[in-house]
Amino acid sequence: MTNASVHSELLDLLTEAVLVQNELRTEAMQVFRKLGLPGNKNEEYKHTPITRALEKGLQLRASFVTGGALPNEDQWKISGLNAYHAVLLNGSLLPEKSFLPSQVTAMPMSKASANLQHVKDNMGTYADFRNDAFAAWNTAAWSDGVYLEIPEAVKLDKPIVIYYLHDSQAGQVKSVTRNLVISGRNSEAAIIEKWCTTGSNTVISNTLSEIVLHESARLNHVVLQSDTDAHIQYLFNQFWQHSGSFLNSHVITLDGGFIRNNTRVALDGENCESHLYGLYLLHKNIIADNHTVVDHRKPNSYSNELYKGILEDQAKGVFNGKIFVRPDAQKTNAFQSNRNILLSDKATINTKPQLEIWADDVKCSHGCTTGQLDEEALFYLRSRGINKDTARAMMLYAFASELLDTVNDAELKNYLDALVSERLHKNF
Amino acid sequence: MSKDNQILEEFTSREYEHGWTSDIEMESAPKGLNEDIIRFISAKKNEPDWLLEWRLKAYRQWTKMVEPKWPNVTYPEINYQDIIYYAAPKQKATPKSLEDVDPELLKTFERLGISLTEQKRLTGVAVDAVLDSVSVATTFKEKLAELGIIFCSFSEAVREHPELVKKYLGSVVPMNDNYFAALNSAVFSDGSFCYIPKGVRCPMELSTYFRINAANTGQFERTLIVADEGSYVSYLEGCTAPQRDENQLHAAVVEIYAMKDAHVKYSTVQNWYPGDKEGKGGIYNFVTKRALCAGENSKVSWTQVETGSAITWKYPSCILKGDNSSGEFYSVAVTNNYQQADTGTKMIHIGRNTKSRIVSKGISAGHSQNSYRGQVHVLKRAENARNFSQCDSLLMGNTCGAHTFPYIDVENNSARVEHEATTSKIGEDQIFYCLQRGIDEESAVALIVNGYAKEVLNQLPMEFAVEAQKLLALTLEGSVG
Repeated sequence: MTNASVHSELLDLLTEAVLVQNELRTEAMQVFRKLGLPGNKNEEYKHTPITRALEKGLQLRASFVTGGALPNEDQWKISGLNAYHAVLLNGSLLPEKSFLPSQVTAMPMSKASANLQHVKDNMGTYADFRNDAFAAWNTAAWSDGVYLEIPEAVKLDKPIVIYYLHDSQAGQVKSVTRNLVISGRNSEAAIIEKWCTTGSNTVISNTLSEIVLHESARLNHVVLQSDTDAHIQYLFNQFWQHSGSFLNSHVITLDGGFIRNNTRVALDGENCESHLYGLYLLHKNIIADNHTVVDHRKPNSYSNELYKGILEDQAKGVFNGKIFVRPDAQKTNAFQSNRNILLSDKATINTKPQLEIWADDVKCSHGCTTGQLDEEALFYLRSRGINKDTARAMMLYAFASELLDTVNDAELKNYLDALVSERLHKNF
Repeated sequence: MSKDNQILEEFTSREYEHGWTSDIEMESAPKGLNEDIIRFISAKKNEPDWLLEWRLKAYRQWTKMVEPKWPNVTYPEINYQDIIYYAAPKQKATPKSLEDVDPELLKTFERLGISLTEQKRLTGVAVDAVLDSVSVATTFKEKLAELGIIFCSFSEAVREHPELVKKYLGSVVPMNDNYFAALNSAVFSDGSFCYIPKGVRCPMELSTYFRINAANTGQFERTLIVADEGSYVSYLEGCTAPQRDENQLHAAVVEIYAMKDAHVKYSTVQNWYPGDKEGKGGIYNFVTKRALCAGENSKVSWTQVETGSAITWKYPSCILKGDNSSGEFYSVAVTNNYQQADTGTKMIHIGRNTKSRIVSKGISAGHSQNSYRGQVHVLKRAENARNFSQCDSLLMGNTCGAHTFPYIDVENNSARVEHEATTSKIGEDQIFYCLQRGIDEESAVALIVNGYAKEVLNQLPMEFAVEAQKLLALTLEGSVG
């Protein structure tokens, strides 16, 4: 079979059973068909063989299963975290299993987009789907998701966790979900996203969230990826910040099959502050790609980005960070840093920190390093009677903990700390 | 602010000083490109059959290639059939010595400040002067020959040293490497050839000076430097062109082949006509430069000061194949008015313990766009590879842009790769400080820019450094924000 025919079969498979109902979906479907699946000639997917992962992972002639069984809570719930939650199973929100705060407006996206005019109006206006096949696919084919509106001045006492559960025991699963989060003026909230797969058949998930922060809103956002290798994941989070808003974003990748994260922030107001943090601890054959965009559209804002990675075995990491400073965005301060440690000679990292600046009165910098553990520091620890493995584990833990320290929620931090420690064999 | 802008404008509005043309009788090929033109060029130069075959092969490959669109530059479609691919000053016979060279030609180069008369030994630089398509004179040839150094025009090398040319031509930049390299391989007209024998340290700077004179022509020269075991050479390249309203294409290829323990230093001061204030005219400088550190402990360093050209698009690269070899890249790229530059380097680490260092300083003013694009690639077997990159951008005014596209690909866990970049402007406080000490604004800008670019300028040979410093000040005359 030729490559082209595999491609068109894949396209057909992905778009089967899409109920095209409105202009936006029709346009997005046209874009998806036109762009096709990205190959390695596509600059945005140069080192990210997502199409190959789909070809390998999906059975072309088998269709996708829907429905499924909800696994035990202890398999997917973040232990020790007191939080609200929304639960999605194979792409559909289960309202009866969800527990959401009474102060917020929350409903399944399928319902919200049908009933609320402003949801209809806002959808697709923030996240650009015209230049990315997977964003177009999501816009055309999403089935459900979560709509959350945090009203003005509401400060939530607990974080909201969105659990995406997939049951692929009966066959391969496709889950295309779409969220819209509106943080009202002066509101404060924390949102956590987590995925969990049961079953060994391939799961392809495509999650796109449009998250709007109105004036002076504060949001902590955490993405936690620690799923099985059956999961091929595309994730697109588009944040849109208005004046005086504050964003803390974490993307923590510990396990999975194939992962592509697009994290984009538009600073569309003055005096905004954004912190983007990423930690990827990759092992086995995982391919994880973080593409970030920080788009400074207005003056006097601040952004800071720090992504760190430790790569073992045959893992492959990709980082691409773009900072745009538009002509109007004078007095912008933007910083970006990407640091990587390679632990095996089969692991690879492709990183591309990118600055595009059109304003002159700015302070922007980026830095990027790839290396190993500092031999001298290791020697220092060993000279104090700490054995080599412990010393290594200590140093790796220290490298990763710089990022864990930036997580605000103490309960979540403990949970993450336990996961990271286990991974890095910390037993000191 | 408005006052700053005013100074900025005055400073940037300085005219191009090498914009004159000389009236030299020329002979040229008809416009357009096809196999006959290539045969014509080849016949003009009395080339052997193998070279003609090589050119034709390159041409056939070129016709199958498409012009790359990925650089961060925009320009109208180039009509490759509207270019004259060969233009040469008419000469009755091959000049035996400098006395036989057309005095008008010598005057042209004298006006550029390049002395082709060997009496001026003080300068101590051997020059190969290339006007449009051909090399007009090479100085100090005999003196260099005593040491076994071959330094001559490319056509002469093809005649006198075919075995060397045949062996190394295309060994670093294959004919089908990219669109413009293929075009160059098909139509290259002349250039310089240099061979440094085993263990010889070249006693003087070797230099090529390129001048485009004729209208509607493209310049396609090719430079090949072969440094044998343990040799050293420092090579300079300079370029200017007259002021014309249409854009002219310059697609050159530079190949450097460094053997065991060889050290090559290649410096460029590029001052092609950048176009006028409205961005009309100017040279498209699409150049492929690459060095192969083939032997152990070999070292190549590229230094470039880019001030001219409407569009600069080049990435002097090092392939670090030999163990312990090292590559360096120092660059200052200045863009003003409507100039566009997409420049940077590639460091490909293949051998063990290879080292590379990149220092790139971009300065943009006016409506220009300045991009750094670089790749550091550490391959699997490159144990202990080390790279340090720094790319800084300086913005003057709020209508220009500075962009950074570094690609870092690491496949070996013992590699240490560092990259850092900053973008900033000349601060009002820095200018205020200078003013306070009685330094006027214009000198303050020159001072700050020179300080900013010093790390790179220090790498240039002395004669060049002075010229480059002056050039920087001129290009930016009037630019503070």
